[in-house]
Amino acid sequence: MRAYEAVQAARSNRRPTAKTYIDRMIDGFIELHGDRRFGDDHAVIAGIGLLEGAPVTVIGIEKGSTTDEKIYRNFGQANPEGYRKALRQIKLAEKFHRPILCLVDTAGAYPGLGAEERGQGEAIAENMYELSTVRTPVLSIIVGEGGSGGALALAVADEVWMLEDAYYSVISPEGAASILWKDSTQAERAAECLKLTATDLKSLGVIERIIPTTDLAGAHMDALRAAVASKLREKQALDTYDLLEERYQRFRKMGGDFQ
Amino acid sequence: MNRNLFGWGQADTAAKPVAPQLPKPPEQPYTSCPECKSLYLSEELHRGGGVCPVCNHHLRIPARARIAFFADPGSFWEFWPELQGGDPLDFPNYVKKLTQARIKSGETEGVITGECTIGGNQTCIFAMDPGLMMGSMGSAVGEKITRLFEHAAEKQLPVVGFCLSGGARMQEGALSLMQMAKTTSAVKRHSDAGGLFVSVLCDPTTGGVMASFAMEGDIIIAEPNALCGFAGQRVIEQTIRQQLPPGFQRAEFLLEKGFVDMVCDRRELRGRLAEILRLHRREAE
Repeated sequence: MRAYEAVQAARSNRRPTAKTYIDRMIDGFIELHGDRRFGDDHAVIAGIGLLEGAPVTVIGIEKGSTTDEKIYRNFGQANPEGYRKALRQIKLAEKFHRPILCLVDTAGAYPGLGAEERGQGEAIAENMYELSTVRTPVLSIIVGEGGSGGALALAVADEVWMLEDAYYSVISPEGAASILWKDSTQAERAAECLKLTATDLKSLGVIERIIPTTDLAGAHMDALRAAVASKLREKQALDTYDLLEERYQRFRKMGGDFQ
Repeated sequence: MNRNLFGWGQADTAAKPVAPQLPKPPEQPYTSCPECKSLYLSEELHRGGGVCPVCNHHLRIPARARIAFFADPGSFWEFWPELQGGDPLDFPNYVKKLTQARIKSGETEGVITGECTIGGNQTCIFAMDPGLMMGSMGSAVGEKITRLFEHAAEKQLPVVGFCLSGGARMQEGALSLMQMAKTTSAVKRHSDAGGLFVSVLCDPTTGGVMASFAMEGDIIIAEPNALCGFAGQRVIEQTIRQQLPPGFQRAEFLLEKGFVDMVCDRRELRGRLAEILRLHRREAE
């Protein structure tokens, strides 16, 4: 798949959003709202439920499907309170030894006036900081757009998986093109340069697994559901020390070993 | 006592202190203050910390000049000066751009790391360099900062970090994004081992650096009027379709909103850092 095709596919309106994954994979999902600091960010869905019979915390960035929903969800662009809402659930998951599943689908953290006033940078930094040592397994799946720091704030995990037609990038192809060539219409070319497809990122060691879209088939997204449940069980069986050491080393080696 | 809770600090990344190179003579012999246009001898201006004596504007100064200004004379030893990144994505023009920046700035990478004393207090220190692609964080920058925090944790030393960066280095794609997580993980381990991190936000601190270690300091100090924020101002203006208020994302704005501990004049900062370090000194266990 060409890079820009993945970008377009990831942005497509017909794509399943985080909510779809939760509805199909999680039994008895109970949504939990708010960051207890400022408000409830509708771009982030968080809560608890059962995955193949085992309790799990699920945090998803939700874009919405209809126009009204998209507006309600701020087009899947979270404000600081969204990341802080996620962090509260992360802490609860740690307390109750529940593994965490993050479903990432965002063009990026919301670049707004209020977001900056309320510390967008701090909120993202704090999530990564806490996720790096949270004493419970974390699995993140980039199900659509993986837009820069806003995506990474929910992807400091033991493993990161990607849909085969998703993308994950440090900057949007449009943003890169306007910086590189002062021309945002060259996004297609920029997308190629950024190596943002699942295949590229697997070979760069940024992700562990590429999920074929066929895995989403079936009433419960059967193949994906089974793979997630089995991975979380595997990670939960690890000693906490090993779990955290492996998570540390996962990121430690990224970008080369510089020997 | 050397607690090594996690078994890191492997020999291959261990710090081998080397005498630092002398600061490269400034490219331009004269510098004019971008605010009041007063003209100065660049070397003299850098020696004074790069603050305009007429209008108090804090100029961007090279990382090496900054360390020379803050470290006690002769106390700075540099770590991993030769460490440099490659071009993992084969990104158009990256090698050319990086090479030009290296020649112009005299630095191999966007951050200088090492150990020094400030007012007699032993500390690890890093300073990011505006001349090397505006201190942008690629894999090598992330690696040096990560190693510094690992070293500091092992030696039970504090870290003083001068953040100055346009953010992640786009030309290294997702690998540069991952440096945010890599450095953050090391900062967290250093913190969990009881280490102090004083983060100093210099002009500019934005994007992926703002959203990672810059905001993870136990104490965060911003330089006057420094631009510090996550999203770029043009992007925000385009999103909200209105002009941004004056002073938006400046150091004083962050202080007002509660995101930094203080805004401190660079000429008073050395004394302030020394006091903070002294208050956090760990007595020999």
